[in-house]
Amino acid sequence: MGLFEKPKSIWSILNSRPITFYTSSFPLEKVGSSFFHGERFTSRPLTGEGAMASHTFLSLLLFYFYTFHLVHPIHCSVGSNAFDTTSAPQEEFSEELLLKPLPDYKVLAHFHFTSTSPPSSSNGQHHHLFPKSIAQLVKKYKIRELELSFTQGRWNYDRWGASDPLSTANGKPPGVELWALFDIPTKEEIDATWRNLTHSLSGLFCASINFLESSTSYSAPLWGFLPNNGDLRYGALPREAVCTENITPWLKLLPCRDKAGIASLLDRPSIYRGHYHSQRLKLRSDGLNGIVIEQTLSVVLQPIDRTSWSMHQLFKKSLMGKCALAKSSKVFLEIERSLVSQNENILELVGEADMVTNDQRDHSTIYQYNVERYSEHEALDIRVNWKKLLQVSFLQTPLHASRFLMGSGNERGSIAISLQSARNSTKGLYDNSKNCFTRVVIFQVVPWYVKVYYHTLRIYVDGAIRDAKDVVEKINVTPSEDKVSPGTLEMMLQFPCGMMSAALTLDFDKGFLHIDEYPPDANQGFDIPSALVSFPDFISRRIYPDSISSPLLQSYKGRNIVKSYTEVLLVPLTTPDFSMPYNVITFTCTVLALYFGSMVNVLRRRVSEEERLAKSKDKRKPGLIPLLISKISNKVRGIKEDSANQSQSSQPILGPKVVFKVVLIALIAVLGHYFFNSS
Amino acid sequence: MEVAEVEAEVEKKATATRSRLIVRLAALLVSHSTLVSVVCCLAGLIALLVLPLLAKNTYISENALLPGSANPVLSYQHVTQANNLIMDIMSIADDKQAPDIEIPKLIAKYMEILGAETYHHKFSQPQNQFHPLYFFSSSPNSPPTLANLSYGTSTVGIIRAPRGDGKEAIVLVSPYNTQNAGGIDASASASSIGLAFSVFSLLSRATWLAKDIIWVASDSRFGDHTSVSAWLNDYHNPNFIGDASSTRIFKRAGTMACGIVFKVVEKERREKYEDRDVVTLYAEASNGQMPNLDLLNVVHYLAVHRQGIRVRIGMFGGLVKSHLVRVLGEVMQQVGRFARSLNPDWRFEMPSSEYVEGTATLASSIYSQALGVPTGPHGAFRDYQVDAVTLELSPRFSLKNEHTRLAFLLKGGRLIEGTVRSVNNLLEKFHQSFFLYFLTAPNKFVSVGVYMIPFAFLVAPLPIIAASLFNLTSNRNPWRWLHTAKPLLITHTWSVVVTLLPFYISKISDLPSTHCMLTWAGGSLMALVILYIVFGSPYSKHVEWRLLKAVMIASVSIGLCLMSIINFATAQIGALFVVPMCLFALPIRVKTNNSLIRSMVMTCNLVMAVLGFPVTAVALMQGVIKGFGTVSILEFWDSMKFLWGWNSATYLYLVLVHLPCWLLFLHILFHPCR
Repeated sequence: MGLFEKPKSIWSILNSRPITFYTSSFPLEKVGSSFFHGERFTSRPLTGEGAMASHTFLSLLLFYFYTFHLVHPIHCSVGSNAFDTTSAPQEEFSEELLLKPLPDYKVLAHFHFTSTSPPSSSNGQHHHLFPKSIAQLVKKYKIRELELSFTQGRWNYDRWGASDPLSTANGKPPGVELWALFDIPTKEEIDATWRNLTHSLSGLFCASINFLESSTSYSAPLWGFLPNNGDLRYGALPREAVCTENITPWLKLLPCRDKAGIASLLDRPSIYRGHYHSQRLKLRSDGLNGIVIEQTLSVVLQPIDRTSWSMHQLFKKSLMGKCALAKSSKVFLEIERSLVSQNENILELVGEADMVTNDQRDHSTIYQYNVERYSEHEALDIRVNWKKLLQVSFLQTPLHASRFLMGSGNERGSIAISLQSARNSTKGLYDNSKNCFTRVVIFQVVPWYVKVYYHTLRIYVDGAIRDAKDVVEKINVTPSEDKVSPGTLEMMLQFPCGMMSAALTLDFDKGFLHIDEYPPDANQGFDIPSALVSFPDFISRRIYPDSISSPLLQSYKGRNIVKSYTEVLLVPLTTPDFSMPYNVITFTCTVLALYFGSMVNVLRRRVSEEERLAKSKDKRKPGLIPLLISKISNKVRGIKEDSANQSQSSQPILGPKVVFKVVLIALIAVLGHYFFNSS
Repeated sequence: MEVAEVEAEVEKKATATRSRLIVRLAALLVSHSTLVSVVCCLAGLIALLVLPLLAKNTYISENALLPGSANPVLSYQHVTQANNLIMDIMSIADDKQAPDIEIPKLIAKYMEILGAETYHHKFSQPQNQFHPLYFFSSSPNSPPTLANLSYGTSTVGIIRAPRGDGKEAIVLVSPYNTQNAGGIDASASASSIGLAFSVFSLLSRATWLAKDIIWVASDSRFGDHTSVSAWLNDYHNPNFIGDASSTRIFKRAGTMACGIVFKVVEKERREKYEDRDVVTLYAEASNGQMPNLDLLNVVHYLAVHRQGIRVRIGMFGGLVKSHLVRVLGEVMQQVGRFARSLNPDWRFEMPSSEYVEGTATLASSIYSQALGVPTGPHGAFRDYQVDAVTLELSPRFSLKNEHTRLAFLLKGGRLIEGTVRSVNNLLEKFHQSFFLYFLTAPNKFVSVGVYMIPFAFLVAPLPIIAASLFNLTSNRNPWRWLHTAKPLLITHTWSVVVTLLPFYISKISDLPSTHCMLTWAGGSLMALVILYIVFGSPYSKHVEWRLLKAVMIASVSIGLCLMSIINFATAQIGALFVVPMCLFALPIRVKTNNSLIRSMVMTCNLVMAVLGFPVTAVALMQGVIKGFGTVSILEFWDSMKFLWGWNSATYLYLVLVHLPCWLLFLHILFHPCR
């Protein structure tokens, strides 16, 4: 490893993951964690033991590193550029932030970081900017495409928009969602790779993604989620809590982490206070473009003052210059046309934008700020003042989808998906002619313990039940298999354009779980992950002039299908009382003891012998006290009792004498108890 | 029966082998059946009477609830906003221009200002139909016909928890009556809305919410329960067929975690001086189901220890004044004192006044559970397995004064805020504490393990008596009981007919209740006569009265045990009536040696023949509870209608268990004793 060859290798050391360095990982990791992150959330343990041996070497290295970092950082980056102009495409990194005022006076902040790595790296296995761990992942698991999202809260499709590209990309189901396309031919290999992938990601992101390993938790949709050839795997964990321990490893993938550039705005308390928080990693890899990863973080924040906010107020941090390694570093402010067009003075911007453009269809206006222009002395602080409070809504999906459970009790129920037209917002798209149809694709994964009967599918359109044949254009059902695989429903429906509302219901039975499938404590119920409702006829895209070169706005140009996720459902299952096994054990033991006692009794006894004894007993019946005395005296003398004396009373009916004895003993016991207690 | 056979065999063989211990014990019990039954019955009665002594203090079992751990943040600002709403409602009500349309609109407007999703839920009065076959199952889902009926409008607002996942919801219900908006307790009714609004406005800004909040301002023109149950039915079983506009606007918020119903009631000044605001808790749902005790505990804890509000639960005032109960209380106190003088560790001494109050509360608790009719809108939630409770807040001072109203709203609002916060903390369903309990005070309860004892004592002698009677009969054929199956079959067929008759009677419209009652009685008599004609006389020569009694006792004990699973309180009260009937039944013509005992038993029998008749039994029960002045036997039809209107299993018990028992009792009484 040519550690001292070029200054840029030091940069690559500092900015790519420490995994790369096997010999000197300990000191560098240490420097990296104290100097670079300097935060409490570091969860990766320090590794490497043999490094202590080469102390002098380390101090030299440290010195070298410090001088380069403190004195020559700019020189380094310039130098690295200067060195690599000869080779073909280079690894690139760009950072962007998009701020968008929402109609309910909240603010959407969308962080977008893109790193690209050329297909054939000139440096072999080494990378300058690109995170090596991801590159290794892609190479090892032959991933074509992958998206991992951590989300907390719900995207409000009604208020925050549903059919613009930003909402389509941002709206993610709560918890973790992971899907990946593999470049592997056979199904078995894909499944095995998926399992390994979940474990790797689980380690990388400090999350329990490894629960997606089990075949009961992922599915392989063919066209409902994304058209593919059976090489897609999809899994969701609705209950996964998202926290700082997930964002720290995510930030480690960035070359500047959160120490410089736009990522330095990510003040943990501020971003986790938001109403919605979605952190994503999306990567694409192909032979043409190499690997592209998009790391995005969308947060919806509530400004303290509803009518006026600034970046500093939102994030409690200032943006002081770009990340030195970023090719471009830009902040955008997107303002929907519906907020501006009615009255130009509703919003007031403080701060001068570098460029103002509208998209092709004039849906929104973009104000662009180049972060390069700002520095520690002059921080970028965009300020927006609302002049007037008003109620507007953003572009809606053609049909508003919501999903809920029907019925009550622990036995059965129904899942209902209701689709309601948001007519007023998409009037232009509709005509009431007979041949006009809207297509809707529903993709839903149901865990096996919710046993859906797919034949009970009932479809209601505008208050009348419709034959499924008339409405369903295409359907693909994979029924669930107990403890093996979840049920998957992919369905393409065709509704007339003039439809106001539709509803689908599916009946299900609630299954019984095995005792170790329950969570260790009493629970609120089990989750059914969000369903995805997409509208293939509607494309969400915004095309901006080519003068803006931004990966974020480039991604808006793509033909993204309008889609929305439904709510997560909570199915209360029968929860047995787990103290019951204990009761059962005690009860069973009692029964067994009784059984064995009487069995042994029966086996041991000899009937004829007893009859003889009974006869001899009848002859002479000693009283209780003489019997006791003789017994005791026998014992004292150590003589084995005569069998005749030993036999107990075989009186079948216990006469008044026995009752008297019982009462007497009880009385003695009570008195004794009382005297012992009182003393 | 097996026991008796074994015992008989044992008798036969004098030189029999030694039998097993259990068998011998059973034989012992059977041979001393009279003693056992008397002891058991007395023990049962005494155990029932000492239940108030055995009550334990309630405690919060689920640690996650953390009641009162956060300071309430409901402020005067929220309350003042709520006060504005109250004033607006009052002014609309005074204008008298369609308040039933304007008030929901107004509430919706206020909700929208808070950023809540709102909609109106329209419902009509349900037909009080008798469906004998739909007991225990949800009522058939008939499409509502809103066309020409008058309908109520509830206003519903939903706050989505900012960072929650929307899987669960807490429901707040505040009933108000638009019909009576300008009436006497208008300010109280509007205050319920105001109270809900103050909490709602606080919650709409709360960042700590994990569950969505639904506020249902329910229109109680058809009663509090109707609107809530109609809304819940549409929430859980929407009807997609027909007019789709109502299902379109209906919004939902996940599985319900808990329901809190609260209303403000301004009570007339009582003679007793109230030094505090009072909240009365109602918890009984249909068929004796109760919400989890933790929910009541949270409310009680917050009200008493945080807000200084007095908590009450239902109590029979008549029993407090009753001399009998007072004497009992004195006796208990003396016994307790005596026990304590014997051993200072035995601390079951209870002041007699406390005992009297405990008994009155316990009686009310048992009675409301036994009736099987919910005591408020919370009952509708329990039908969907949601824990819910109704809080009835009554202020210390009049609500007409603005200052006292604000102070009252602040207190009440903080109580509800604390409860919502506790439930919000819950990660699990309510499961930790009791579901089966009676309350003897707001902070004292008798759990299922304790209150089962008196019932067990009362029912225990029945099989023993049946066995010993079976054993005493002259016929030695083990299948001899089959002869008595015929009268049993007749009686039970008859009781089924009697159960179903009201369904047909209620189809004949516009009959006054006395006529219905007479028709029912006449029909039942006719059915009995017809059954006798078809099956012949019940007194065939093989039917010995002892056998008949044994079979009757067996069938009754099965019925009681079944009922104790469905609704324990009903079985408990029923056992008090039925068990003496079973034990004392003796034919008039039977000859015995001791004429004194015979005459005493005969008197008891005759009294029980009258009191055991379901009609008189119900009247007697109501008389004991509510005072005899108000009771009339002719109201039986109405009370039965009330029971089946609420799908109460008590109706089934009365007609399918109690009535046949009484008829068999009469059969035994008039047995010819050949």
